[in-house]
Amino acid sequence: MSYLYATEADRRAMLEAIGVESIQQLIDDQVPKELQMNRPLDIAPGVGELELTRWMQRLASRNQGAESMVCFLGGGAYDHFIPAAVDQIAARGEWYTSYTPYQAEVSQGNLQAMFEYESLVCELTGMDVSNASVYEGATAAVEAALMCLSLDAKRRRVVVSEGLHPHTRQALQTYLQWIDGTLVVVPVHDGLTDIAGWEQAIDDKTACVLVSQPSYLGSLEPVDPLVASAKKAGAQVIAVVDPISLGVLKRPGDWGADLVVAEGQPLGNPLAYGGPYLGILACRDALVRRLPGRIAGQTEDRHGNRCWVLTLQTREQHIRREKATSNICTNQGLLALRATIYLSLQGPQGLRATALQCGEKGEYLKSRIRTSKRVELAWEAPTWRECVVRDRKGQVESLLAQLRDRGMLGGIPLADWDSKWRDCFLVAVTEKRTRQEIDALVDAIDQVS
Amino acid sequence: MRNVQSTLLLSELSKTGRSSVQLPPLDVPEGAWAGQVPSGLLADRPPALPELAEGDVVRHFTNLSTLNMSVDTHFYPLGSCTMKYNPKRNERLASIPGMIDLHPMQPAQTIQGLLELMYQLQKDLAEISGLPGVSLQPAAGAHGELTALMVAAAWFRKKGEKRRQVLTLDSAHGTNPASAKMAGWDTVTVKSGPNGLADLDDLRSKISSDTAVLMITNPNTLGLFEKQIAKICQWVHEAGGLVYLDGANMNAILGIARPGDFGADMMHYNPHKTFSGPHGGGGPGAGPICVRDFLEPFLPAPVVAFRDGSYYLDSDRPLSIGRVRSFFGNTGVLVRAYCYIKTLGGPGLREASDVAVLNANYLLARLSELLQVPHGNRCMHEFVASASEVKKKRGVSAMDLAKRMLDFGFHAPTVYFPLTVPEALMMEPTETESKETLDAFVEAWRSILEEPAVRLHEAPHSTRVSRPDDVLAARQPRTRWTAF
Repeated sequence: MSYLYATEADRRAMLEAIGVESIQQLIDDQVPKELQMNRPLDIAPGVGELELTRWMQRLASRNQGAESMVCFLGGGAYDHFIPAAVDQIAARGEWYTSYTPYQAEVSQGNLQAMFEYESLVCELTGMDVSNASVYEGATAAVEAALMCLSLDAKRRRVVVSEGLHPHTRQALQTYLQWIDGTLVVVPVHDGLTDIAGWEQAIDDKTACVLVSQPSYLGSLEPVDPLVASAKKAGAQVIAVVDPISLGVLKRPGDWGADLVVAEGQPLGNPLAYGGPYLGILACRDALVRRLPGRIAGQTEDRHGNRCWVLTLQTREQHIRREKATSNICTNQGLLALRATIYLSLQGPQGLRATALQCGEKGEYLKSRIRTSKRVELAWEAPTWRECVVRDRKGQVESLLAQLRDRGMLGGIPLADWDSKWRDCFLVAVTEKRTRQEIDALVDAIDQVS
Repeated sequence: MRNVQSTLLLSELSKTGRSSVQLPPLDVPEGAWAGQVPSGLLADRPPALPELAEGDVVRHFTNLSTLNMSVDTHFYPLGSCTMKYNPKRNERLASIPGMIDLHPMQPAQTIQGLLELMYQLQKDLAEISGLPGVSLQPAAGAHGELTALMVAAAWFRKKGEKRRQVLTLDSAHGTNPASAKMAGWDTVTVKSGPNGLADLDDLRSKISSDTAVLMITNPNTLGLFEKQIAKICQWVHEAGGLVYLDGANMNAILGIARPGDFGADMMHYNPHKTFSGPHGGGGPGAGPICVRDFLEPFLPAPVVAFRDGSYYLDSDRPLSIGRVRSFFGNTGVLVRAYCYIKTLGGPGLREASDVAVLNANYLLARLSELLQVPHGNRCMHEFVASASEVKKKRGVSAMDLAKRMLDFGFHAPTVYFPLTVPEALMMEPTETESKETLDAFVEAWRSILEEPAVRLHEAPHSTRVSRPDDVLAARQPRTRWTAF
């Protein structure tokens, strides 16, 4: 099964038109014989759809995800509700089997959707300009940091807090090591970035700071002092936010951010074991020429009709090659489309209600944790949607395993990130979690051995 | 059939008080959260998103979709992009519970089926490339390039070698030099010769003890196999460098030739091209990389491994370059690639490449009666025609021809790439198109080339918009709606 059309008769007719005897002859013309494989690929012959379906269902039956378990996992990817309209619209072949809008006239759907996405992102974040998305949250943060590093060759420091997603910190470290960048990580104290340490870390060699609001630990940082010390040193402020939280939290553009990045997955995209997601990346006008990736802009056609094109392309690799702002090629079109549809359905009240429910249910979880005999809150910082829980017995792995036996994905152990948090785990509650499920989680925690 | 609504913006459709979602009533005490948050952190109003009924949203986006050309609706011979058929079964199977609903931080024992799939995919990608070390983490082809270049940099660093240069071809994708720059290298451009292949003299003169990596696309962007690739790789290796293969054109050589066998040390795949993943209007893709065994320890962590009867994520990789993104990778894209490989099997992959080569050569043979094809009468999976003679004689550019092609119901070829061919028209029919479609496409070219120049300058004529003003868009950027 190869999805082919070419019948034997077609092949003969086509070979005759070309003037060769066989396809092999075409290949021999191009590929030196000694470089051709002298054996078939060691991959089993293909199977039909029914067989493939059975095989995939068998594999899927050995996975237990958020549909079959009650999911309290967050840590950068969240089990929010996805309206049917998102799936139904995005399943149209005109969306998902098209490509980058190189020919604007036959891509107005994609281009307008990109423009709508950029508009919504600007509104949510309080920024002036957004690109049409990058790969995912961590690379969005990396690209934002690289933009800032490109502003001044003498400023090579990137300052972050332990509250920044560990994957983002690791990705920053990976990228910075080859371009003389230095990552400085400021500790967290009682769930919040240590302000004195933060002020000390920022100097006149600091290109940018990344302020995560809420933090990876679910904490709401008092952002003003964090921003103020960066501004004082002339460093750019990159806000790392959650897009759902912006239904209730102040926009980063209103608390001093110069750039905003986010993992866009919560906006109508499935968990899908980590991807594909989309990276949100927006900035102030002053930085637009340094912004990587596709940008759709409004213009007019030769009849004066309003329409959309890819614009400011002189930033990009296909024009500028090694002088481009980044090597990124396309955007995450389909995921950005889903985010756009999701936000269109939510509207101002829907997004606000969703964000509020995440906050209130998270607060209810905390109130129940405070009554537990087995676990406690690691600290009393203000949080949204997610919080850090400490196991007094220090047996996080065993606790979580027993919760799984009861049908719950109870949390993410923090031991992998830092041994000082080895007795802690991260618990998230989206609007999908019910009071009953939260009660059941805490009850189960207190029951297990 | 007029389609009025889709030309409006969401902000223009919005009406205060409309909404599409209703959450269940809050089942926990209200106000506790807001009470504990410092008030300075809260927004004083909800974000000014559009207010729409669900029907508005569905009609708007459904109508908008009809303004796109797509593989499902049109022949899409966009060279270098491998716009092959995207199997529906892959869409369904990537979305079943147990695949789509897996959280990226779930422990390995709850995702054994997925890890088995990924482990098998790693093996298949290694077999097809002839390179044993595999990372599924990169999010796109360009991301794979960058990741592999960082792997190379880490290998040289471990060896204590300071090399500064990455060689790229003038015919290469722009991502090659851009990726090299991001990995901290200087780039040196190697010329293509008149035959469309790497200029061996120029290449040889640029290889030195400062050469870290040569990046090469094979088959190259003209659709030609670099016949001297083995010798080229040997030169680079003798100078102590590594060879990176841009795998953009793997669809031409599945089961025919393997990068590892012809001398490449590292490569990326574009599963959204080669293994039928849909292109999603620009993404998502994925960019898994394969490397030689001595580079394997430097791959990003984690990789999928198997021990004592179960699969796990191996993060204990002390020489690893680190993470290049969050979480595991673009799993959804990789699951589709796995389904495709499983459906075709080894023999089917070979046949797909065979027919991709047949289709491209057939189109080349037929079109070369109408258009100049500067680099010979044979190709692999794609070829590049040139409109430069038409331009000289009649003032009609590659862009004019491409725009007119849209009126005939075909997506245009890739234009003005590669940069080495003037007025380039790059065509890649793929294996999943019929002789009838290719014949109709040729007839469309015949008609177009006979049309008066003015008809072509003003094309397209049948689309809702024609020739958007790119200069205006760049000079007065409007990248979001205003006055909402």
